[in-house]
Formats: sequence, C-alpha cells, structure tokens
Amino acid sequence: MADSRGMVSEALTISSHRQGQPIPKILLMGLRRCGKSSICQVMFHNMQPLDTLYIESTSRPAATVFSSFIDFEVVELPGQTNVTDGWNDDIEKLFIESGALIYVIDSQDEYINSLANLHSIIIHAVQINPQINIEVFIHKVDDLSEDFRLDAQRDITQRVTDELLDDGLLNVPLSFHLTSIFDHSVYEAFSRVVQKKLPQLATLENLLNVVCQHSGIEKAFLFDIKSKIFVATDSSPMDVPTYEICTDFIDITVDMNSLYKIDSQDQNAGAKNTGDDYEPYSSGQEGGKKESKPIGSTTRLSNGLIVHLQQMVKGLALVCLMRKESMPKIALVEYNIEFFRNALEQLQQLA
Amino acid sequence: MAGTARRKLLLMGRSGSGKSSMRSIIFSNYSAFDTRRLGATIDVEHQNLRFLGNMTLSLWDCGGQDAYMDNYFSSQRDNIFQMVEALIFVFDVESKELRKDIETFVLCLRNLYEFSPSARIFALVHKMDLVVVEKRQDVYRALMHSLEDTSAMFSFKVQGFATTIWDESLYKAWSNIVCSLIPNVGIYQKHLQTFAEISEVDEVILFEKTTFLVLSHVTSSKSPGFESDSTRFEKISNIIKQFKQSCNKLRSQFQSLSLRGSDCSAYLDSMTASTMIMVVMANKLVTTGTGSEEAESGVVDLLENDDPFSGEAENNIILANIKIARKMFEKIEHMSLDG
Ligand SMILES: Nc1nc2c(ncn2[C@@H]2O[C@H](COP(=O)(O)OP(=O)(O)OP(=O)(O)O)[C@@H](O)[C@H]2O)c(=O)[nH]1
Ligand SMILES: Nc1nc2c(ncn2[C@@H]2O[C@H](COP(=O)(O)OP(=O)(O)O)[C@@H](O)[C@H]2O)c(=O)[nH]1
Ligand SMILES: [Mg+2]
Repeated sequence: MADSRGMVSEALTISSHRQGQPIPKILLMGLRRCGKSSICQVMFHNMQPLDTLYIESTSRPAATVFSSFIDFEVVELPGQTNVTDGWNDDIEKLFIESGALIYVIDSQDEYINSLANLHSIIIHAVQINPQINIEVFIHKVDDLSEDFRLDAQRDITQRVTDELLDDGLLNVPLSFHLTSIFDHSVYEAFSRVVQKKLPQLATLENLLNVVCQHSGIEKAFLFDIKSKIFVATDSSPMDVPTYEICTDFIDITVDMNSLYKIDSQDQNAGAKNTGDDYEPYSSGQEGGKKESKPIGSTTRLSNGLIVHLQQMVKGLALVCLMRKESMPKIALVEYNIEFFRNALEQLQQLA
Repeated sequence: MAGTARRKLLLMGRSGSGKSSMRSIIFSNYSAFDTRRLGATIDVEHQNLRFLGNMTLSLWDCGGQDAYMDNYFSSQRDNIFQMVEALIFVFDVESKELRKDIETFVLCLRNLYEFSPSARIFALVHKMDLVVVEKRQDVYRALMHSLEDTSAMFSFKVQGFATTIWDESLYKAWSNIVCSLIPNVGIYQKHLQTFAEISEVDEVILFEKTTFLVLSHVTSSKSPGFESDSTRFEKISNIIKQFKQSCNKLRSQFQSLSLRGSDCSAYLDSMTASTMIMVVMANKLVTTGTGSEEAESGVVDLLENDDPFSGEAENNIILANIKIARKMFEKIEHMSLDG
C-alpha cells in the first residue's frame, strides 16, 4: 500500500495545474426532437423517461450545471441553431469554452439531414477549437434490434468519417455511442464523455486499481450519486450487466434511504423531493443543514456476488463488486475504502 | 401434503384496460415498460400460482374484447362465475364508454350474486398516471361513488383503488387483494408484533418473496416519526421488485440487503421459503455497549453469517432474532388453510 500513497501526491501535482479555470462546458446539439432535452431532464433533473413525451420543444439555449468530481456545465442549444448562417460571437465563445460537443442523432428517424447538419457543425467547431471532442449519440435505439443498432452505428460512422476525409480532416477527435433514455446506455455514454475531460482521471483510476488489488474487489466504480455518471472505474474489463447492477443499486439505496429519513422539522414532510440532498454529507458549513451519516449499503445475490456501496465526499459513491469467497479480506476492504476516501478528500481540496 | 387451498380470482374489464399488464408485473416479473409488448388476451388466460406455501392463486385473466365478453355472460356463464373468491374489475380512466364499463361491472355482480355470493369485489380505477395530479382524487371518488351504489344493490361491498403500473399504487391494491384471501394474515400480524417488541426494532415488514407484496407490517409506538410517508411499504415492494429484475439480468437472484442509511439502518432478508422480512432501526445517537458481548459470542457462527458488512453488534442481534422467529413463521406458513 506504500506505492498508492505516492499516487496521491502525484494526483496532487496534476490537479494543482487546474486551479482558477472557468467551469468546463459540454455542448449538446442536434436537430429538433432528437432527444436533447429528454437526455438533460432524465440525467440531471430526475425526470422519468416516459414523461419526456410532454417536454416542449427547446427554443433557447438551456444550461445545467452539475457537480461530479469537478463541476460541468451542460449547455443545450436549440435544434434550429444554424452554425453557418447565424454565426455569432456567443456561439464562438461557447465552442472555445467547451471540452466536448455531444451531437444527438434520432436513430428512429431518417438521419440524412442530421448528418449534413453534424458535418457543418464539426467543420466549424474544430476550426474554432481543435481540442473539442465530438461525441455522436446515436439516440433512441431502444426500439431497434441489436443488429439494427450495430448497422446504424456502422453506417453513421462510415458516412461521417468519409465526409470529413473528403475535406481533408483526419484527426478530429470523434466518438460514437448508441444511447437511449430508457436504459443505462445514455448514462454510460455521458460518463465516457465526462471522463475524457477529467484531469484527475488517471489518478482516480490508479487509486481504484490499488483498492481493488489489495482487497479482493472485482470491479469498482466511482459514481456521482445524483446523475449516476461514473467518474472513474478501475482498469479491469467492464461488462454492461455489471455496470447496470451498480447503477440500479445506487437507485435502491437512495430510494430506501429517503423512505427512512427522519424529519426533525415535520413541516416539509409532504414535499417529497428525492435525490436533491446528496450534496456533500460533510457540509457543516451550510449552516442549518444537519450533518448526516454517510450512507452505505450491501446486497448479496444468489450467485455469491456482493455489491457494496459507500458514500464518499461530495455526492460521490464508491460502488464495488466482490465475491463471497473474498470474505476473509473484509477488514481490509473497509480499511482500503477508508484510505480511498481520504485520498479523494485530498484530491477534492485541490480540484 | 394436505390439499392446497385454491382461490379463484377473476380479472375483468374492457380490452386494453391493463389487466394483463398488472398481472404480468405482479406475478411474472415484467417491468412496466415491458407491458407495451402485450397483445390482447384471447379468451381467458389461466395462471396458477403457488402463494405462501400451501395456497394456490388461480388467476382468470378474461380478455376484454366484446366477442369474448358476450360469451362470458352467456354460454360460459357458470364456468366463469362459479367458485369465485374475488372479482378484480379494472376500469380504464381514459375510457370513452364509461357507462358501458359500468354496465359490464353490473353484469358481473349479477352473475356473482347468483354463482358466488360470497365473492369479494375490488374495483381498480387504472391508468391514473394519465390524469393530472390535481384531478385524480375527484375522478376516482366520482367513479367509486356510483360503483358503491350499484354494488349495494347486490349486497356486495366494493373496495376501490386508484392504480397505475408506473408507481407503487399497483402494489398497494394487490397487497390488499391478496391479503384479503389469506386466512392467516392475523396470525402473521400477531407474531410480527411480538417479534418487533422482543427485538426492540422500530419497524418490521413481512413480504411475500416472489411478488414482494406486503403481507403485514408493524411500527413501534416508539418509532421516531416514519409516519411521514404512509405509502412506504408498497414503495419498498416496487423498489425491490425492480432491483430483482436487475439481478435477473445477471442470471442471479436477489438475496438480501443491508442499508446503513443517514437516519436509519435497515436489514432485508429471507424469513421463510416464501417470505422476506425487513427490519428497520433508527440510528442511535449514542452507541450502546450493552448486549454486544453476548451477541458476538457464538451468534455469528450459529447463523453462518456471511454478510461481510454486518459488523455492528446490533445487526447481529437482529439476525439472531430473525433466526429464532423463522421457525415460528414456517409453522404458520404450513398451517392448514381449511381448518
Ligand atoms: N399509461 C398507462 N398505460 C397502461 C397502464 N397499464 C397498462 N397500460 C398499457 O395499456 C395497454 C393494454 O394493456 P393490457 O394489459 O394488454 O390490457 P388488457 O386489459 O389485458 O386487454 P385485453 O387482454 O384485450 O382485455 C398496454 O400497452 C399497457 O402498457 C397504466 O397504468 N398507465
Ligand atoms: N424511444 C425513445 N424516445 C425518446 C428518447 N429520448 C427522447 N425521446 C423522445 O423524443 C421526443 C423529443 O425529445 P426532446 O427532448 O423534446 O427533443 P429536443 O428537441 O432535441 O430537445 C420526446 O417525445 C421524447 O420522449 C429515447 O431514448 N427513446
Ligand atoms: Mg389482456
């Protein structure tokens, strides 16, 4: 465990370079009705996927700030934004400040139009900010069969890269994700987008690797509880069902905990706002709010799998998977998780 | 084994009202989302379910298209309406022909009056999610008012529920329906009460294992104000049922949960072969040392306790108590239902 101490100090030096910068932005673009607002509402405002049917069309840019390990601002641009004509300084400034541009394509619709739109956006975006990551969400794939999804992804990837090639643009940082708000795919895709922009990612991954190696944990994720974005995971391979069980376990932990919250002031008993109170549990400064215990929970499955959740600093939770067989190392697991928490706290103070 | 008690439940209502959806969610592990794939039910679909050891629920899901309906009230009349333990009539709140639905309901009552006069009558005012929140209560009250009057004419007492597959209201309705058919419910309640008193916990809830319907619950008079959410029991059903589906995706089954929450600790585990128990304790401000010594000596081994995170002595006492109570509850589960 001595070497992992070294990693913390390494992280400290990395993160100290990041002080005093503006909140990094993530741009969300796409044609009308492609699902941009739905993604924002479901991920950051606890909306049920089906309720998105009633969302009104977006006509002006909307911004949501969310704090995971560091703060991000997600800016949604309305579908009719025309980057070629109505080009203005504001959008230029946005492109400069944005680390990533998510472009949403409605896979259930004819996507030829959106590909043309995407193409012109990429051309402009990389001119202004060559560093910007272009993240294409091939969205609403819930109604497509597995085969169709892969076909759509292959086809879209091909068309987009071919066209960029024709323009002589070879090194655009471009990724494609299949997403739907009805399952975990949009969370996973968003997590990947955020992670690329996290300067502390390598440090966090290293810390998680150390924790896993030394305590018989199979897989560990560091999640942002509220958005269920995972900020980092250890470097062991990740499969979707494992990831899904972890996000679902966050849900049930949060839901069960809010059912058994004891209201000291009974007045606001009726107002059931769930999820809004996963701010830093140690926020003693925010006078008035009582200090509550960090949440922890554990579930056992019939195949010997154990999922363990431990709330960390700043609305983050460590969720790890282990086997019944690794039981003897439990004291170690708890010790290492505590160690991880301390490391996080140090990182956080510098972020 | 002595003969099992069979309870016949009739599911009636217009086509598309949501009968098969709710049946699939409660008894066949569908998610609310999955129900979009259900086709119209052809004639009557029978589903027999083991419930609590020695009871069989026989669900008659009666397809609601007019052609089938006409049959139920003519040629199939005695077959359908004989030996009915409960009628569950589903009303679609969005129905354009509410009058016709009520007429069908009355026809059901008339036939039950003749063939199964002791049947229990449940009316579910369903798809409530489609009504704006402020109007839900009014819509529900208005319909129930007319149903109560008509039921009284056949000397039936109708029990109503406002439901939707999109929240826990479905679990509340079905817990009530199923519990009304279990003669032992009072005995479960009594023993759960004793359990809560002896183990000095703040709340205990007993669930059926596969459906996660609430069988019984006890809240200590000393409980520190859980009352704020009176729907918490069916909410737990809903939450755990969804989690069970995630576990199924891993081709595994949910076994237990222990939560160390911000204000309370909760522990959920198997009680008997067909029940699960959840125990809730408020977090103590000062940790008490008493009792931990006995608990730590032996009890852990005795339980073959392999929950790695039940470090707290208090948890171990609870586990020991559950273990002791298990025998008692197994006995109730196997008691003859006909006696
Ligand atoms: N919005 C909403 N839709 C629901 C609800 N319950 C069921 N549905 C939908 O209603 C449709 C019809 O449901 P079914 O369960 O097949 O209806 P049914 O009563 O069995 O119909 P028949 O078998 O023809 O008698 C499905 O697409 C369900 O998803 C609900 O509570 N709210
Ligand atoms: N099937 C499906 N529909 C979606 C998904 N995401 C959004 N939608 C629907 O697409 C429609 C348009 O979404 P909206 O967010 O308003 O699009 P915007 O104009 O890009 O902001 C809504 O009716 C959503 O319910 C998805 O993942 N799958
Ligand atoms: Mg049906």
